[in-house]
Formats: sequence, structure tokens, C-alpha cells
Amino acid sequence: MFKTLKKGDSITKLSLLIFGFGNIMRGQIVKGLIFLCVEITYVLYFVFYGLDALKGLFTLGTQEQGWVMDERKGIEILVDGDNSMLLLLFGTLCLMIIVSLIIVARLSVESAYLAQEAIEKGKRPLTIKEDIGLFLDSKVHITLLALPIIGILAFSVLPLLYMILVAFTNYNHDHQPPGKLFDWVGLDNFFVILSKNSPLGKSFWPILGWTVVWAIVATITCFLFGLVLAMWINSPYVKIKKLWRSVLATSVAVPQFVSLLIIRTMLQSEGAINVLLKEIGLIDNPLPFWTNATWARVTVILVNLWIGAPYTMMIVTGILMNIPGELYEAAKIDGANTLTIFRKITLPYIIFVMTPYLITQFIGNVNNFNVIYLLTAGGPSTIDYYQAGKTDLLVTWLYKLTVGSKDYCYASTIGILVFIISAVVSLLTYHRTSAYKNEEGFQ
Amino acid sequence: MRAKARIKSVVSHIGLVLLSVVWLFPIFWVIIASFRKEKGSYTSYFFPKAYTLDNYRRLLFETEQFHFAKWFGNTLLVAIFSCLISTIFVLSVSFCMSRLRFRMRKPFMNMAMILGMFPGFMSMIAVYYILKGLGITQSLLALVMVYSGASGAGFFVAKGFFDTISKSMEEAASLEGATRLQIFTKIILPLSKPIAVTTILTSFMGPWVDYIFASVIMGDNYDKYTVAIGLAKMLEREFISEYYTQFAAGCVLVSIPISILFMALQRYYVEGITSGASKG
Repeated sequence: MFKTLKKGDSITKLSLLIFGFGNIMRGQIVKGLIFLCVEITYVLYFVFYGLDALKGLFTLGTQEQGWVMDERKGIEILVDGDNSMLLLLFGTLCLMIIVSLIIVARLSVESAYLAQEAIEKGKRPLTIKEDIGLFLDSKVHITLLALPIIGILAFSVLPLLYMILVAFTNYNHDHQPPGKLFDWVGLDNFFVILSKNSPLGKSFWPILGWTVVWAIVATITCFLFGLVLAMWINSPYVKIKKLWRSVLATSVAVPQFVSLLIIRTMLQSEGAINVLLKEIGLIDNPLPFWTNATWARVTVILVNLWIGAPYTMMIVTGILMNIPGELYEAAKIDGANTLTIFRKITLPYIIFVMTPYLITQFIGNVNNFNVIYLLTAGGPSTIDYYQAGKTDLLVTWLYKLTVGSKDYCYASTIGILVFIISAVVSLLTYHRTSAYKNEEGFQ
Repeated sequence: MRAKARIKSVVSHIGLVLLSVVWLFPIFWVIIASFRKEKGSYTSYFFPKAYTLDNYRRLLFETEQFHFAKWFGNTLLVAIFSCLISTIFVLSVSFCMSRLRFRMRKPFMNMAMILGMFPGFMSMIAVYYILKGLGITQSLLALVMVYSGASGAGFFVAKGFFDTISKSMEEAASLEGATRLQIFTKIILPLSKPIAVTTILTSFMGPWVDYIFASVIMGDNYDKYTVAIGLAKMLEREFISEYYTQFAAGCVLVSIPISILFMALQRYYVEGITSGASKG
């Protein structure tokens, strides 16, 4: 943009202030007028809403809702206060609009410069029809991306920005708009959550520990068991391989909320499993699948294995078919036995292909809301933790803090911390895979 | 040697049968529960004393407390629309990211990756207030927007597929004067059938299996429920003893089409992961 500004003449430079000026002066009237209208819309927005929104973003409201003496009527009346939540939302929106304004300004200058360049070269600037034609050809990405990007901005970027900002406020159950205001508190929430002494910190570290243990164990057990299943079914001793594979894949095919809710009721102390075990005579008292913390943790890992292992099995089966047959033949000629072939050829190949998948699985397990929430809802509950139970992961705790206790600021802080964990893990690994570096390798 | 192989084979099969029993056990159990005549979530015996089709009949035709048929219709509607929108979004974004080169491409891709690393429902409350601001909470439109609105950010798999399509055809077309839009609609789209099928089916399945967003957005508006939140509602304390067997029937009805879709997709899933990775 600065380069264009430097090279442009005064008309082009003026286009930074008056959008479309350069286009209008050089005969692209319609295009120029469109730019101008857009600018007028921006100005109107800022005059009527934007400036207030920015001010609100800084103060987050000054007037608290309350009873004020009305002198004329002689009674106290309820006065609406500022709503910090809405002020923050509109403020965030305003920030995004400012960014878009900068982009439009840049487009205006560049478009003016293009027109200037065309005239300097002795050609006529593009007509509006030709300009529109470009949007189907060399600028087709703008046409195709416009709606998806608006969707992403509205339903992903704006809410996320808003929640990230909430992490720096004291928007908790004591500060609920519209009744109360909340305000900026800087990094306080992070200190509260990361400290070892606050009730939140006393919950955070153990929950983080369990989340990491869960993610590692769940990923590895699913991988190993899936691998064993795939090799097992693939072995020459097994007939009707397809049948076994489909039977095991049913646990993946049935919607998770169905299977998990069913398993939850089956494993209750009066549930089907305990009843069956009692009928057979194996136990006298029901097994505490969900009521004992250790039992519950082991059970969620086993149930996750039930869902996850067939998935790995399907993928490994696919990979096994892709391993070049010559490798095996060469190994057999060299006199390698089955175990050596597996250790030296099959396993390295599978691990090589599946590393990116395992990383996504790990991150998926850190964020594995469904399995935990639908099975145990975080339970068994404990008074050691703030609003959390013994099997709660960071994400289910986050959910409880938002929907349950309305401690939005802590929930957002936890969300940011989870993001940092996922980002560090994937940056360390994903960027090293060649699929990322060499995206054009196959074109 | 022969005998040894036979023993191995027998042992393998016995093991697989045992595993299959474990794997199918919950599914088997929900099916018999859906035909159980006695009400209640728990019985003190495993096999029902009597069987009936009543649970299905009441689930589908009784509408006083819960209206399952309506939930099914709601979910179908939401699924169709969000699937249409998501598919269009995902395919256009992946085409742009894979075949076109423009200034904001890398930043956009990085941004999409960063967005994907935040826990999905961290933004849930903000989305809820945005929808409230638009005045459309507790409506099916809101659900469609939530499921498909930001779907354009999930383009990585489809982009990986487009990356493997050879460039020679579009170069030839471009020499003959085809615009880039024509290249997209006339050349790339017809070639991308497998990935289009995957995208369509996965986005179609989303609304059937999502519980979290739907429950936050719909609150207590039973009429606009989708099957997932409706069925979960039946398990709440005040309903569970009356509705448990109907819940089981509902689970069976929902699982059948979803499982069939999944089985149809399975091949593409595996191909997507293994081909994307074996490039490495």
C-alpha cells in the first residue's frame, strides 16, 4: 500500500481520504461512486454507532442498573444500566469493522493507481463491465470466498475474539449483565487459574494432569489395539475378513450420543451390566463404574477404546494394502521371520504414515467433549474441585463454567490455555510433515 | 504344520467371536430394550419378560409430551440445508486454496488452522448472543447458520484432494479461453466427486449427532428440537422411568440411517487419511 502511495500522483494519494476519487477523475465513474458510497456508509456508522462502541469497549459501561430517585414523581424508579456484555460485543464488532475499513482504503488506493497506470501507458482504464468480468476470472477467488469468509467472520472469528477479550475481564457469576457491570482486569484470570492456592488453581492443575494423561493413554490404547485388530484380521488364518471388520466398525458407525448414552445407563449401579453379572453370580454388590473416581477414569478409557480402536483398525487395514509387496519378498529372501518383518517393515511404515493422524487424534482427545460429557458428565463430583468432577477434562470443565456457573471469564481463560496446548503440540509436529511443505508435489 | 495352522485359525476365530460379542453388546441391548414391554430404565433382570412394538408406535404417534416425528423432520430439514451450504462453501474455498494463487492465501490458511485449534464451543455463548441479537434463537434457521456458517474454515481435507488433481487439463482449458470460474465448475467439480460425496455426507450427518450446540440454542423449545437433544431430554430425571424404552426405540431409528451413511462413507474416510498422509 505504501509503495503504491509513493508511486501514485496526487489524485491517487487523495483516494486514501476520498475513496474512489481516483476512479471518478479517470472516468471509472460507477466504480468510483461505489467506493464513495462505501466510505459514506463507514462514516455514518462511525458517527452514529462506531465511536460510542469504541468508547464502550474501553469503559465496558459506567452506569449500573439500579433504583434512582425520580424527583418529579417522588418515587424510586429502576433505571436501565449499561450492559457490559453488549458493549463488549459491539466493541469487538467495531474493531473488525475498522480492520475492514483499512482493507477498503487499500483497495481504493490500488484501484486508483491501476487507473493512473493505464492512462500513463496510453490505454483507457477498464470499464465497469470489464471490471465485473474480472470477478469471474482472475479475481474469481473474491467471488467464491466472499460468503464463506463472511460466515467465518460472523460465526467463528467474532465470537472467538469476543471470548478471548472476555478472558481479560471479570465477567463471572458476581458480575452478570444487565444487573451488574464487568470490567477489564488484565491478566488476573490467568494468575488466578495458574496459581496453586486459589480454588480455581487447585482444580486447574489436577484437571490439566488428568487431561494430559487421558489424551496420551486414549490415543495410544486406541492406536495399539486398532493395530492389533487390523493385523489379527489380516492374518492368513482368519476367514471372511470383511464380516469381522464390519462387525467391529459398528461402534464407529452408530452416532456417539446414542452409544454413549446407552453405555452410561448400562453401567449404572442398577444398570444392565451389573444386573447381568449378578444374575450369572459373579458379583454380589454392583461394580462402581461411575461412582468411584479410579473406576470411572478406567471405564471412560475402555469405552473410548470401544469407539476408537475400530477406527484405527480401518485406517491400518488401508495402509497395509498400500505397503509395497517387494519389501516383503526381499525380506523373505533374506530369511527374515514374521516378527522381524513386522518390526522392521510394517510397523515403521504404519507409524510413518500415521504420525499426522496420531497428532490430530491427540488434540482431538484433549478436546474430547462427547465421550466424557455424555458418559460421566465429569462425575463423580468432588468438593476438591471448583465446579468439576474427577473425570472432567479442561473442555468439559469449560462447558460447565459457561453453562452451569456462568463464570465466563474463567471459561475463556481455560479455552485460551487449551488453545496454547493444541497450538504448541501441532506446531512442533505438523509443520515438519512434508504434506504441509510440499503441497504442490502432486499437481 | 497343518494341525498347527488349524489351531491358530480356530483360536483366532474364537477370539474374534468374543470380541464381536463385546462390540455388539450395547447395540444388542438397546435393540432388546426398545422392544421391552415393561417400562423403566432399570430392570432387575437382563432379558425382558415380554416384547412389544408399542414403544415404536408411541414414539412415532404420541405427541403430547414429546413429538419425535417432528424432531426427525426438524433434523432432516436442518441437515439438508446446512449440508447444501457447507458443501458449497467447502468446495469453493478448497478450490481457491488449492488452484489459485493470490495475496491473502497463506494468511487465510494459517488463520483457518489457528481457528481450528480453539475448543469448538468456547465461542458457543458468544454465538448464542449474536443469534439473539439477530433475533433468531430457538429457531431452525439459527441451527443451520451455526452448523454451516463457519464451515468454510474446514477445507483442509478437500484442499488436499484438489492438490492431487493434475494441472494439465486446466492449463489446456485456460489456453482455449476458459475463465477460472468455468475451470472450477466445468473441470474441477466433475473430477471431485469422491470428495464432494464425503463433504456432503459428513455435513449431512452433523446435525444428527450434535448435542451441545443444539441444546444451548434451543433451550426448552421442545417443538424445534433435533433428535439428539430430544432423545437426551428423555433421559432426564423426570422422564427417564416413563420414556426409557421409547428412548431406546428412538436410538434405533436414528442409528439405522446414520450407520448406513457411515458404512457408505467408510471407504472415502480411509482413503482421505491414508492418501493425505502417504504424500509425506
